[in-house]
Amino acid sequence: MLDRKFIGYTSAPFTTEVERGRLRFFAKAIGETDLIYTDEAAARRAGHPDLPVPPTFFFCLEMDRPEPYGWFDDLGVELPKVLHGEQRFQYHRLAHAGDRLRFESTVVDLYAKKGGLLEFLVQDNRITNQRDELVAEFRRTIVIRHG
Amino acid sequence: MAERAPPRHSQVAVGDELPPLAMPPVSRLTLALYCGASGDHNPLHVDQDFARAAGLGDVVAHGMLVMAYMGRTLTNWVPQAAIREFGTRFQAMTRVGDAITCTARITHKHTDGHTVSVTVEARDQRGELKAAGEALIALPP
Repeated sequence: MLDRKFIGYTSAPFTTEVERGRLRFFAKAIGETDLIYTDEAAARRAGHPDLPVPPTFFFCLEMDRPEPYGWFDDLGVELPKVLHGEQRFQYHRLAHAGDRLRFESTVVDLYAKKGGLLEFLVQDNRITNQRDELVAEFRRTIVIRHG
Repeated sequence: MAERAPPRHSQVAVGDELPPLAMPPVSRLTLALYCGASGDHNPLHVDQDFARAAGLGDVVAHGMLVMAYMGRTLTNWVPQAAIREFGTRFQAMTRVGDAITCTARITHKHTDGHTVSVTVEARDQRGELKAAGEALIALPP
C-alpha cells in the first residue's frame, strides 16, 4: 500500500521547449489530417503564430522530463502494475512551437478501492509559458493493480 | 476544420452530434509511432515480453492515444482555443486490431450564452466502450 504521506509530493519543476518536429511526429502518430497541426503556413492562415500544441500533447511534453517515471520509483510504484485511469485538462490559452513550457507536478490524492486491490494516485500538473502565463492544468489519475 | 466557421451557440441544440471520427485498426506500428512521438516509453505499450510478464497477455494501447483521437473529434468541430476543459475516464484496454470510433454529442447548453457541454465516447469495432469523456466548449453567441 502506498503511504498517504506522499500526498503533497512534488516532482522537480521541469521546463521544455515545444519543437515543430515533435508536433509533426505526434500529428502523424494520431492520424491528424488538419494541416494547422503540421503546416506552418496553414497554422498562420488560421491565426496561429506557429504550429499549435494539440489538446492532449501537454501530457506528452510532461514526459520529456529526464526521468518521467522517477516519481513512481520515489513512491514505490511498480511500472508493470500501472494503468491510466482518468485524465482531465483545463485550458487557459494555446501554446505553440517555440514556446518554453514549465511543468509543476504535485501528488494531490492517494486512495484504495476493492479492499486495496486497486490503488489510485492522483497528480496535478500546472503548465506556464515563458511569459509566466498559465497555459493549462491537467490531472492524471493512475491505477495500480495488486493481485 | 480550422478554417471553417465554428458553430454558434444560438444555432446548436442538446442532442446535436459532432461528426464522428473512425480510425483504422490499431497496429503495432501505431503503438510504436505513438510511443516515440508522445515520449511515453512505458514498455507495456510496445514490448510484448514486458506486457506478458505484467499479466496482460499482449501490449495494450496508450490510453492517451485513444484520448488524442477523441480530441481530434473536438478540434475537427471547433477551433482548439474553444476547448475550455476536456477529460476522460479510461474504461477498457485497447488492443492491437481494435478499430476506434469516436462519437460526440452536445449534452448541455449553458445559460451563459456561449458554452456547451459535450460527451465524447471512444468505442471499438464491437461497440465496447474504451473511454468516456466530456468537454466544455465555448462557442460564439
